[in-house]
Amino acid sequence: MNGSLIQGPRARRMTLFNLFAAVVVTAGLVVLVIRFSLGLGATTNLTDSYPWGLWIGFDVLCGVALAAGGYTLATTVYLFGMEEYRPVLRPAILTGFLGYLFVVIALLADLGRPWRIVYPVFYSYGVTSVMFLVAWHVFLYLTCQLLEFCPAIFEWLRWRTVRQWVVRLTVAATIAGVILSTLHQSALGALFLLAPTKLHPLWYSPLLPVFFFVSSIIAGLTMVIFESSLSHRVFRHQIEEKSAASIDRITLGLGKGAAIGLYCYFFLKWIGVARGQHWDLLLTPMGFWFLLEVLGFVALPCFLFAWGCRTRNAPLIRVTALLTVIGIVLNRLNVSVIAFRWNEAERYVPHWMEFVVTAAIVTVGLLTFRWIVNRMPVLHEHPDYRGAH
Amino acid sequence: MERRAFLTIGATTAAATAGRAVASQSPTTTHRCKAMLFDCTRCIGCRACESACAEQLGLTRPASDDGLYRRPDRLSSNCASFIRAYRSDDDEEWSFVRHQCMHCLDPACASACLVNALERTPEGAVIYDESKCIGCRYCMIACPWDVPTFEYDKAVPAIRKCPFCYEHVSKGEAPRCVHVCPTGALEFGDREQLLGEARARIAREPDRYVHHIYGEHEAGGTAALYLAGVSFEKLGLPANIPTRAYPEFTKGFLNSVPLVILMWASFCTGLYWFKQRREEVVTAAHIATPEGEERQP
Repeated sequence: MNGSLIQGPRARRMTLFNLFAAVVVTAGLVVLVIRFSLGLGATTNLTDSYPWGLWIGFDVLCGVALAAGGYTLATTVYLFGMEEYRPVLRPAILTGFLGYLFVVIALLADLGRPWRIVYPVFYSYGVTSVMFLVAWHVFLYLTCQLLEFCPAIFEWLRWRTVRQWVVRLTVAATIAGVILSTLHQSALGALFLLAPTKLHPLWYSPLLPVFFFVSSIIAGLTMVIFESSLSHRVFRHQIEEKSAASIDRITLGLGKGAAIGLYCYFFLKWIGVARGQHWDLLLTPMGFWFLLEVLGFVALPCFLFAWGCRTRNAPLIRVTALLTVIGIVLNRLNVSVIAFRWNEAERYVPHWMEFVVTAAIVTVGLLTFRWIVNRMPVLHEHPDYRGAH
Repeated sequence: MERRAFLTIGATTAAATAGRAVASQSPTTTHRCKAMLFDCTRCIGCRACESACAEQLGLTRPASDDGLYRRPDRLSSNCASFIRAYRSDDDEEWSFVRHQCMHCLDPACASACLVNALERTPEGAVIYDESKCIGCRYCMIACPWDVPTFEYDKAVPAIRKCPFCYEHVSKGEAPRCVHVCPTGALEFGDREQLLGEARARIAREPDRYVHHIYGEHEAGGTAALYLAGVSFEKLGLPANIPTRAYPEFTKGFLNSVPLVILMWASFCTGLYWFKQRREEVVTAAHIATPEGEERQP
């Protein structure tokens, strides 16, 4: 399986992964045909009480959070000037860009009338809506990320002059990207501010935008750790010796950042509980679920990251990164699906066809990532531009 | 220079946008808007209003075989309003209640809509414009009464909700449901006047009514007002709705947007200059140092 991924464009076509991808993507396309001919009811378990399900909760909310590596790393390298993180910057920006791109694609499946997706940008402006902010920012941020990734594309195409041009825009795109990310990551949390009676009090808080923003930084850092450890395994032949050696140091550094982020996030979550005076709710079934999220997926990884950095244990950091990513996914699903209308008699459980579409979108995302990495200078530097930033 | 210009334009646009957001979010004080009062104690469950509503909106009338005690438990895209009967387990209390859009004075759904497909008219009706809707269903998340419903069974779906018979109300006429009500359980008029009437009824017959006008303050006040003889919660009208107008919940966040843009823009630009300067200093130091010295440890 690894063989095909390593050898790039001329790899073996029939591998286990490719076979699996073909099946999942075909199934996803079939489901989408049903969804667009018969309506959302035919392929989802959404109801008037649960208008948002897996496609929003996972594909959109988790997708955006986990794509935060792009802006986190761009800030680290371009604005803080921490050059040692340069080797993981391009893959992070690519992951971020593809993450957002596939969030939008997933959104097209979920919207009632997806062909109108550009309406908030070009046609009718609902400026009182947090969703309006999200729409604009995702649109602008996609553009920024494309700009940030353009140097790699133009190096691949050997368009020297255009590349030169785009590189000059990188810093502007990064700064705009940080602003846009801050706002729309937090805006995704702010969406739920309008549901004070529907979201469980342990998760509902005026601080929701802050929770979403801070946890997106954590998600960005841990996704870069997770993604780089995968890349270094799967695309082994592309990694230069120099960066292969530095990856452990980078992992430890990112782990330290994640530990600090989780530490802040942990206390912020408790401020949320204290603010609403909801201590009594902690001893209810939903309270135990909340404690699992905050202790098991925030406090524990925070400790493990700190421990791993002290003992310089890169493998531990990688495992902890995965744990943290799962925690972020759990948090987003809690806010949008699990703790949303927690007291309803008939709960929403995703239809199997919803899982199929989600799996298909993730698979196409991975295939696109592989396609690009096998062609463009993402994991390695282009020989013509060695050392040129 | 280019960059600075770009950022300035961005910030100005955002500030202007947020400014407008604030303006249109200010609590609607048009208490002189039209409203309807539903007095549960006067309703006899004849469901004439249901038929009129279904006819007006071109919908099928909600199923009636089960009788009034087992009705649909919520609104749907085929049903913009319905009557339900409540009966306590010991048969001691009973009441009819009508479910429909509350027509908030400052509606959550309209503030949530990113394309202005939902809008409150000066008369007090919250109406929906299908031609703008993208089907994101955020209005359904936002509405505390779960009023907007979605056509999950259609390839080209839309939101459905009670439009307060806007074509009639805009001419000063009563909506169809009020028009056909034979007992006066449903009344139409100016909101202030109906509130006065409701207060008078409670004062006149304090034993008959719960001493609360549902909708007077819920979610910042609504144009649908309720009087009842049993607690509203038992009738399916949630008691935990905040009295704050819903747009207030996101106002703070939206107002902070221009500030965040300005702060982040200057902070990030500052960081970048700082980084550049540091690199310049390092480079200058390298040039200044003679090569021979540099090689020494």
